[in-house]
Amino acid sequence: MSMAESSPAIRLTDIYKSFGPVQANRGASLEVAAGEIHALVGENGAGKSTLMRVLSGMYAPDSGRMEVFGRDVTGWRTAEAIDAGVGMVHQHFMLVPTLTVAENVMLGRELTKNGQLDRERAEREVAELSRATGLAVRADRTVADLSVGEAQRVEILKTLYRGARILILDEPTAVLSPPEIDELWQVLRQVRARGETIVLITHKLDEVMEISDTITVMRNGRTVARLRTAETRPAEIAKAMVGRDVQLAMHYIDEVRGADTAARTHLPPSAPLLEVRDLLVEDARRLTAVNGVSFSVAPGEILGIAGVEGNGQTELLEALAGLRDVRGGRIAIASRDITRLTVKARGDAGLSHIPEDRHARGLILDYSVAENLILGQQHRFTRGVRIDQERIHENARRQIAAYDIRPVDPQLPARALSGGNQQKIVIAREMGRAFQVLLAAQPTRGVDVGAIEFIHARLRDARDAGKAILLVSADLAEILALSDRIAVMYGGRLVTVLPRAEASEEVLGPYMTGAATEHAA
Amino acid sequence: MIIFGFLAQTLRIVIPYIFAASGGVISERSGLIAIGLEGYMLTGAFCAALASYYSGSPWIGLIGAAAGGIAIALLYAVTAIRFRADQVVVGIAINLLAVGMTRFFLRLTFHSSANSPRVPGFGAEQSGTGVASLASNPLIWMGIAAVALVAWMLYRTPFGLRIRAVGEHPVAATSVGIRVGRIRYLAAALSGMLAGLGGAYLALDQHQFSAEMTAGRGFIALAAVIFGRWDPVRAALACLLFAAADALQIQLQGAQAIPSQFVEMIPYALTIIALAGVVGRATPPAALGKVAE
Amino acid sequence: MTTPATENPPAPAAIAPPVNPASRLAALEEAILPVVVALLVAAIVGDVLILSFGQNPGTVYRLLFEGTWGNAYGFGQVLYKTTTLTFTGLAVAVGLRAGLFNIGAESQLAAGGFAAALVGLILPPGLPALVTLPVYLVAAAIGGGLVGGVPGVLKARFGAHEVITTIMLNFIVLALLNYLTAAHLKVEASLHTEEIHAGGLPRLSSYIAAFHGSAANVVLFIALLAVVLTWWFLFRTRRGFELRATGLQPAAAEYGGVDVRSVWWRAMVLSGALAGIGGLNFVLGYKHYYEDAFATGAGFLGIAVAIVGRNNPIGVLLAAFVFATISQGGLAVNAVVPKQMVDVLQAVVIIAVAASVPEVRRMLRKGDR
Repeated sequence: MSMAESSPAIRLTDIYKSFGPVQANRGASLEVAAGEIHALVGENGAGKSTLMRVLSGMYAPDSGRMEVFGRDVTGWRTAEAIDAGVGMVHQHFMLVPTLTVAENVMLGRELTKNGQLDRERAEREVAELSRATGLAVRADRTVADLSVGEAQRVEILKTLYRGARILILDEPTAVLSPPEIDELWQVLRQVRARGETIVLITHKLDEVMEISDTITVMRNGRTVARLRTAETRPAEIAKAMVGRDVQLAMHYIDEVRGADTAARTHLPPSAPLLEVRDLLVEDARRLTAVNGVSFSVAPGEILGIAGVEGNGQTELLEALAGLRDVRGGRIAIASRDITRLTVKARGDAGLSHIPEDRHARGLILDYSVAENLILGQQHRFTRGVRIDQERIHENARRQIAAYDIRPVDPQLPARALSGGNQQKIVIAREMGRAFQVLLAAQPTRGVDVGAIEFIHARLRDARDAGKAILLVSADLAEILALSDRIAVMYGGRLVTVLPRAEASEEVLGPYMTGAATEHAA
Repeated sequence: MIIFGFLAQTLRIVIPYIFAASGGVISERSGLIAIGLEGYMLTGAFCAALASYYSGSPWIGLIGAAAGGIAIALLYAVTAIRFRADQVVVGIAINLLAVGMTRFFLRLTFHSSANSPRVPGFGAEQSGTGVASLASNPLIWMGIAAVALVAWMLYRTPFGLRIRAVGEHPVAATSVGIRVGRIRYLAAALSGMLAGLGGAYLALDQHQFSAEMTAGRGFIALAAVIFGRWDPVRAALACLLFAAADALQIQLQGAQAIPSQFVEMIPYALTIIALAGVVGRATPPAALGKVAE
Repeated sequence: MTTPATENPPAPAAIAPPVNPASRLAALEEAILPVVVALLVAAIVGDVLILSFGQNPGTVYRLLFEGTWGNAYGFGQVLYKTTTLTFTGLAVAVGLRAGLFNIGAESQLAAGGFAAALVGLILPPGLPALVTLPVYLVAAAIGGGLVGGVPGVLKARFGAHEVITTIMLNFIVLALLNYLTAAHLKVEASLHTEEIHAGGLPRLSSYIAAFHGSAANVVLFIALLAVVLTWWFLFRTRRGFELRATGLQPAAAEYGGVDVRSVWWRAMVLSGALAGIGGLNFVLGYKHYYEDAFATGAGFLGIAVAIVGRNNPIGVLLAAFVFATISQGGLAVNAVVPKQMVDVLQAVVIIAVAASVPEVRRMLRKGDR
């Protein structure tokens, strides 16, 4: 190969991209050689997805230069990117649920015969490509009926169908079980073997080590390191991801790697605070999502629920919180049946809830910090029918100081705060009041490392104060770091419950995939 | 003979509905709420009368109606897409605008606040109910053809596939290089054109434009779109049902069996029942009314 | 551009007070700027229309102001129209605050007026207004509240979209009222009921003679009271807190212990009741009978009033006054240019506000930080 031909597949230089006040990219760069698998890593909010959406033409950069195979493509459109062989598999699938697999695959470059859609040919071609790549899909199915794994295969097929020479995957494993992940790695290696270039966006270091050839690390919208996978260690990548305060960062890595074995091994003998028996819950499509789940959480205990997302965790938590109807079974707090109580009554009965999606549920973004700090307890901050502004303000002042919420302005709309500080509002509200049982769903998702440690410390404090905590997290490391007992949820059931001491990624893995079951009583 | 009269009456009533409803289906399937159908129809009716009057040809009237409908629909589309205005608010304002504009220009051009002078139209000179006179009106055939064409376009052509994708998941459409805005502008223009032709039918059948002559027909068409669950053929059948009820009431006028007001309510009541999901829920396109960021 | 030194004001953020007045100002700017833009656009369109009619815009605008604010009768008519529009505007605004688009103010207004008229026809003649007023208020609120409540319940129970159901109900209710009036209640050769003799509401002209002949009446004061109460309810009570939370983020409100479905139907009942009370203005303040289709257009204009008033009760009052002026102004200039010009202008104002709200928000937020 001559020097002239060896221009990199991708070269992005000094890319800037803002959305209103948010600067997603500020001087980001990326260089990827043809035919390699490149990992683009960074914490949530580091600007990885934005940079890749710029590359794939969804966003135009504010400034900076983009080259693909040596050609200047700065600010191109999606259609041009696709024509040039750049295809992106998004974290949230870009599939139209009401259309069939074949229709989705050909959308944008439809096959026609006499001006009409040629469905037969499309289905035939999809089937052929499916055979050639090992991506098993059925072309005539409606996308709404597919499983998550199938939908992802359709996404990858879609980009390959468009002749992608550069394949970008945004957090592809977030929704997959370990065997599905292995399958994905096989497909990616096969694609690489055909000479295609792959960019993998992820924040999971084990994936980076396993599959990538080279690595770019992003932080706060900037590129901070370029590494060769063979020549680096996870700790070095983590350091680059986190940047400031290496000690703190390393502590976090150790903690999440399960090195923190300080989790208590003995269980307090007292009666359970949260008790769930034979719970049956349906999802939005009226299919059984939680299928006869039973467990209990004792005072001073954290029960962690591990599992691949979409196995019923969301429905379980919503049912416990009173946000979703229960079809069967029983929920009790301190022996009091709360199965049919309203959200408000459950709160009064001692239930606190850190919801998994703070933007949709946990906060009212246009309400002030002070108002958000009483959401759910507004009936306690009244004087007659009126809202008691003085007490709301007083409460805000106290909580903002106690939880170090910044900036210190109770009147600011929650929208104006960073993700970490928004989550602190939720934590402050749910943990800063009288409660016995805490439901903590993805409590540190999308927050920076400093806030993660702070939140973990608060959860441990609450446990030590005798509260019962149910922790649900997609981050297995977080589960391992905090829980006293660990349950695995798969297909709407708890397939095992283990003491912390007996749990590890290796032990839990087969349960998370459904490969092992030991239906817990 | 009574049956014949009833059928002819139904056909006469249904044509403007199916024009507008066909347009409504295209608009809503692309994600643009079609509250403005009434305004498109009224504008089309006025433009048809105006163009027919000055050219002496109802065919030129049709072109005028299509152009007028497209223009006002594009005004709606620009505010909804380019400026991201709330579609319900603008849709309602479009209807007010159409009423105001047509009346203003009625006075400006024809110096009347009620109706235009007689204009060349289609069909028999007296608006008889004979089948022969109906058959001579090309808009009848065009209306029936419009339903088939819209259904074919929506389900069998790339453009239709894109309309359905854009109305259901615009971000996904964007990610495969479809220009969502452009598809929606085209859909809006088509809906304006079709609804405008529906208005033209009214003006050219009566050989004149009169103020607010659409009298809520655009809303009946919208009801048909929903009752027909956003499918062109089912929407047309809904139009047929609504029109038949209307025709029946006219036929029975002498008999005083049911007060006409109750017959008037039928389309609206059926639509509410359909929306309430008493007989299978009507689910709108997922991105209806939402312009992607 | 040549004097950059003078163009850089000192950054006020450096002072960082606990309560940020700059953000308050920005919020006010965000609320008012679209309205200013819209009025400018409307003025331009108005000029074009006037010129197309061969008239001088200056003359027409002078006529418009003389006919509205320039004399007591005209001003009284403006106040009369302001009253109805304030009620329908409040109705739409309350709905929008709860995240519901009430397009049905038109029929709720009519139903409120109809219910009050029915009660008035039953009450013994000669009862003083002090006795009848509460009865009328309740009747009108129930009439409007029922019509508003139906789409509210359909939404809460079946998830039926209120935009469509309120539009459809407009037609149903207006047809029903038309039937009841025409078939059972009308005075021969008219479309209105008999006159109501039990305690009507006095016109303003009985206190201030200059208003003579104008329809302005004491319902205006009920409207002002409704503005204050609605504001207080929305921004100072727990129910208001929960209603606005539901409108902003229903999922978060539900999480916060709010029964979202009951907020929906209650908000629609309240919305309908407010529109319904507006019916008193025509039926008991002005004509002293119910007339079919008296409400034509006032309900739809309520949407405009709420949008331009940015769903704030005070803003609604101001916007109602503006729209009432434009509306009455149309009559004042009708001899020179067609009064339909004002319909066009009203529509232009709505479109321009709706179109500039997101634009202004983006502009101002881009300027942030």
